[in-house]
Amino acid sequence: MELTTQLLIAAIAAGTPLLFATLGGIMNERAGIIQLGAEGLMLMGAVTACLTYLQTGSLSLALLAVFGVSAALGLIHAFLCVTLRANQIVSGLAVTLFGTGFSAYLGKSVSGQPLGTTVPRLQLPWLEPIPVIGPIFANLNLFTWVSFVLVIAMHVFIHRTSWGLHLRALGDNPATADVMGIRVQLFRYGYVIVGAALIGLAGANMLLVYSPTWIEGMTAGRGWIAVALVIFARWNPIRALFCAYFFGVLDTLGFRIQLTGSDIPPYFLKMIPYVVTILVLMFLGWRNRNKPSGTPEALGQPYIREQRF
Amino acid sequence: MRQLPATEAAASQRGTSGMKRRFSFRLELDPSRSSAPWWTPILSVALALLLCAVFIAINGMNPITVYMRMVTGAFGSSFGITETLVKAIPLLLCGLGVAIAYRISIWNIGAEGQFAAGAMGATAVIIYFPDLPAVLTIPLMLVFGMLAGGFWGLLTAIPRTYFGVNELITSLMLNYVALLALDYFVFGPWKDPQGFNFPGTPMFTEAQSLPVLGTTRLHLGLVFALIAILLYFLTIRYTKWGYELRLIGANSNAAKNAGININKHILIVMLISGGLAGIAGMAEVSGVTHRLMYGISPGYGYTAIIVAWLAKLNPLGLIVSSVLFGGLIVGGYSVQTMGLPSSISSMLQGAILFFLIAGDMLSKFRLRSGG
Repeated sequence: MELTTQLLIAAIAAGTPLLFATLGGIMNERAGIIQLGAEGLMLMGAVTACLTYLQTGSLSLALLAVFGVSAALGLIHAFLCVTLRANQIVSGLAVTLFGTGFSAYLGKSVSGQPLGTTVPRLQLPWLEPIPVIGPIFANLNLFTWVSFVLVIAMHVFIHRTSWGLHLRALGDNPATADVMGIRVQLFRYGYVIVGAALIGLAGANMLLVYSPTWIEGMTAGRGWIAVALVIFARWNPIRALFCAYFFGVLDTLGFRIQLTGSDIPPYFLKMIPYVVTILVLMFLGWRNRNKPSGTPEALGQPYIREQRF
Repeated sequence: MRQLPATEAAASQRGTSGMKRRFSFRLELDPSRSSAPWWTPILSVALALLLCAVFIAINGMNPITVYMRMVTGAFGSSFGITETLVKAIPLLLCGLGVAIAYRISIWNIGAEGQFAAGAMGATAVIIYFPDLPAVLTIPLMLVFGMLAGGFWGLLTAIPRTYFGVNELITSLMLNYVALLALDYFVFGPWKDPQGFNFPGTPMFTEAQSLPVLGTTRLHLGLVFALIAILLYFLTIRYTKWGYELRLIGANSNAAKNAGININKHILIVMLISGGLAGIAGMAEVSGVTHRLMYGISPGYGYTAIIVAWLAKLNPLGLIVSSVLFGGLIVGGYSVQTMGLPSSISSMLQGAILFFLIAGDMLSKFRLRSGG
């Protein structure tokens, strides 16, 4: 296989968990709620998938448990942010810190145990003969196909349906949404929970496909990179796909440079995704200094019906 | 006078709707309460202990025995108490660092990286000037640790002030960068050649170590931390600069209109915030581990965030909460012998933060019956 194809395959493999987490983040933030709990949610998703799979041996049960656990954490976040109007940043940090600690506690007994999962792959033999596209798409696992469908579905949902219009209103101007008859609190709850479940799915995807062994803190900051990806993608699902794959490439780049036998210490190569995240954010900040960044306008503000802005 | 019937009608309408919904309750903000009462931190710790007791019970242990073991491990002996204080030193310094940043709503979550940077800065002094006397080495280590931590803090502040980049993401990304840099040094150029491949520098000499109290491990870092707390208290309370910080924290738009250069304050505050975490890193290598080594911090920088919130950014509260969390870490180690993972303490920490924010907000609400 030529290098570009290899790189694209690696980008998709490493980028899909990031993509799920970014899509979850977009859903939360479009509804006006900041989600900084991504790292904790991903870790909880991963450890839940690991424990359930080892107990039951069933992939679908594992995914169901992941949805349950991460939706429950999303519910707590929603309760704190929507009902109690707590500081969304601190609430998100609490989700991350609790998720990190709790996942380490739960996963202690299975730490380092290989899972040996087989996520079903969609075989499309008729695609094989086509150059570039063939080798990439003919043998993808189910998670990746689900993520493709999700990107398109979310794009259509947000930009082409009236529900999506309501979602954008929640994030940009909840007072208007309220006047339009949308139940702001209820829908914010809904979107926060669904978004959290998607981020949990990202963790499960990472554990079941990308590195099938539970290790404490295995996401290594990918949840936070997803938080940054939401900004890169300017809250747009289609852009999120490209941004996630770009970071997927960066994720595997260090390893690839090492394979070529270069003598750059591996520690510096591992820094690449983190440093590039900061540099890209700085570049975007510089380029968009006089332009709107696409941030939902009421992001981070609790909505109180009686209060005027 | 003509308005009176209308008002009466409105009042009676409210009355009837109240009658209809007599048995319904609702939560609403209580306008008479602006700040949370003093007891919410205590309540939140108690509720977090209760929640984690459930998980311990699921694990097949008696939660009361586990908690008793944690308390006696952390506070039950003079060894336990000094160990708790040894852990409280970095928590206090890092917690103070993030608390200063939170005062002006700068979300520095990079204390972990700033701590590592400080440890590296202090060790660099030893690596490049190995034979200086103690009177020179210790102050130099302190200065370089502080500068390295402060520099790491500035790396977060500069993208924020000049490029409008969210400091949460930057500071967290820099944690990973700093820890990887530390790994590079201890696995690479600074590794002890006689260390049997142990990822760490050679042991520091007597002259390069902070003085300790008697035979315990309690070191001079405690004095650094207490001086820092005192300075923080005096600065915030009594200086013009402290007043400006309080103003920015209370209302940044008002501060801007009053002619305060907020960007300048962000840079200075992050320099100090990182510098304090850097001192913590210096004190840890020079006072506790006596070498720079792999995995030097068991997450002090993250725990510091909760320390600062539990203390409500109050200087005295910082001392209390850092001792409490120091005890939690030591207690976490002491239950390992019972077959429980020590990560129980980080689980407790997260749960405490959850209940703290919920409690703070709930205490501002009141329960009203009827509409």
